[in-house]
Amino acid sequence: MQTPGYYRVEGPYLRLQGQLCCRCNAKQFPPNPTCRGCGSTQFDSCNLSGNGIVASFSEIGSPPAGHSYPFIAALVTLAEGMTIAAQLTDIEPEHVKIGMKVEMTTRRISETGPEGCLIYGYKFRPRHDCL
Amino acid sequence: MRDVFIVGVGQTKVGEHWGLGLRELGAEAILAALGDAGEHRTDALFVGNMLSGQLSGQENLATMLADATGLLPIEAVKIEAACGSGGAAVRAAMLAVAAGAAETAIALGVEKMTDVMPDVVTAALATASDHEYEAGFGLSFVGMAALIMQRFLHETGRSHDAFAPFIVNAHRNAMTNEHAMFHLSITPEQFSRSPLVASPMGLLDVAPVCDGAAAILVCSRDAIKPHHKPVRIAGSAIATDTISLGARKRMTWLQAAETSAAKAFQVAKLTPSDIDVAEPHDAFTIMTALTLEASGFAKPGTVLDMANAGAFAPDGDLPICTFGGLKARGHPVGASGTYQIVEACRQLRGDAGKNQIAGAKRAFAQSIGGHGAVAVSHILEA
Repeated sequence: MQTPGYYRVEGPYLRLQGQLCCRCNAKQFPPNPTCRGCGSTQFDSCNLSGNGIVASFSEIGSPPAGHSYPFIAALVTLAEGMTIAAQLTDIEPEHVKIGMKVEMTTRRISETGPEGCLIYGYKFRPRHDCL
Repeated sequence: MRDVFIVGVGQTKVGEHWGLGLRELGAEAILAALGDAGEHRTDALFVGNMLSGQLSGQENLATMLADATGLLPIEAVKIEAACGSGGAAVRAAMLAVAAGAAETAIALGVEKMTDVMPDVVTAALATASDHEYEAGFGLSFVGMAALIMQRFLHETGRSHDAFAPFIVNAHRNAMTNEHAMFHLSITPEQFSRSPLVASPMGLLDVAPVCDGAAAILVCSRDAIKPHHKPVRIAGSAIATDTISLGARKRMTWLQAAETSAAKAFQVAKLTPSDIDVAEPHDAFTIMTALTLEASGFAKPGTVLDMANAGAFAPDGDLPICTFGGLKARGHPVGASGTYQIVEACRQLRGDAGKNQIAGAKRAFAQSIGGHGAVAVSHILEA
């Protein structure tokens, strides 16, 4: 990802900034030009809580270029109801379970080499009150 | 729309072709399909391909291949639908003839994957998913399939070993396919012991990175010649689903596969029970299972039991992956959908040699991109 592209996603990546549909009141993340529920194109901005549960996970042994390994990929269902893809951190793969509570934390996501910038964004770690 | 028939098929061997690029692979398949039909010209060329720009630095691919095969100045365009590109090119060629815009057309699928290092291929394949919100977070294409499989095992309580019959069948069928990448039988024990690549998936759950090209020549009823063995395209449909896995209503159900298959069956006025052979998108074991259920070949929750009872073997109720499928014939991603159609035609023409399923009259092929984000279904009839 290059600098202008990163600038466009700064809110979602760093603050889990999503959308609040002005018609049906549904919260949406990641941002989308239309509401997946009602089709509206009018939104207010809203930040999500960052709390969620692990819906699925995988220990990735052969990652794409720009990512170091191994790491744990996951689908996390947020408290607001939507499910997003993210990495898990601060936990060993053998301790991850579907259904465990996690919270957002800001970490380095990838390196894009000399022409790009370091990309920071959300990962999820076990909720400290659940360890 | 007019009826459309396949009258020529051609394919390269699938493998690691160090000496061949996109130009050579694509040209070999195009010229083979024309030669098979006894033709020298066609009106249009549709090229299914996913990665030529990323891995070979080559776009404007269809023009290059029209030039390489002496077909200038015909209409030629590239069609991209991730790993479903080959199937989408078949549909584009079919539509051109059905609409009367062309009397004959070639659909080619071609992919060149082995010129670059594995991590570069992995990053390129991940562009089939949402770049900003999935691939950008390091989720590889294999990783996405692993997330679906992990969830499937969690919801159903089944074990990974239950998927072994798909791999055993694919590799057995590839043994007698001279165009297949692997001529290597696999036992259930080898499947269970294969090293993890993305838990819970092992190396043998995953179709290989490779090169290859396959092509068909389609024509109108008026253009059929006495020496042709025409196979009619009875049904064709593309459907889409959310590009993000997380946005799906159910992550273990391939809605686009269901929708595209249902639409193709509706057009063909047929049902899954009318099908004699099927070529599903078996890029990962979990995808084989989910596509068969979504397309109506197994009731939800029954596909693994059917597989373990031998339903999908050559002597079963619905033989699948009859030349090895994506897993053992190989998965040159944008070409796989066209390989499926070539293989289905060979079955329906009775030209399948040792891989022939006796009496096959109707075939189903489904090519999928982005873990179910786009699905292309075709029904062929002898």
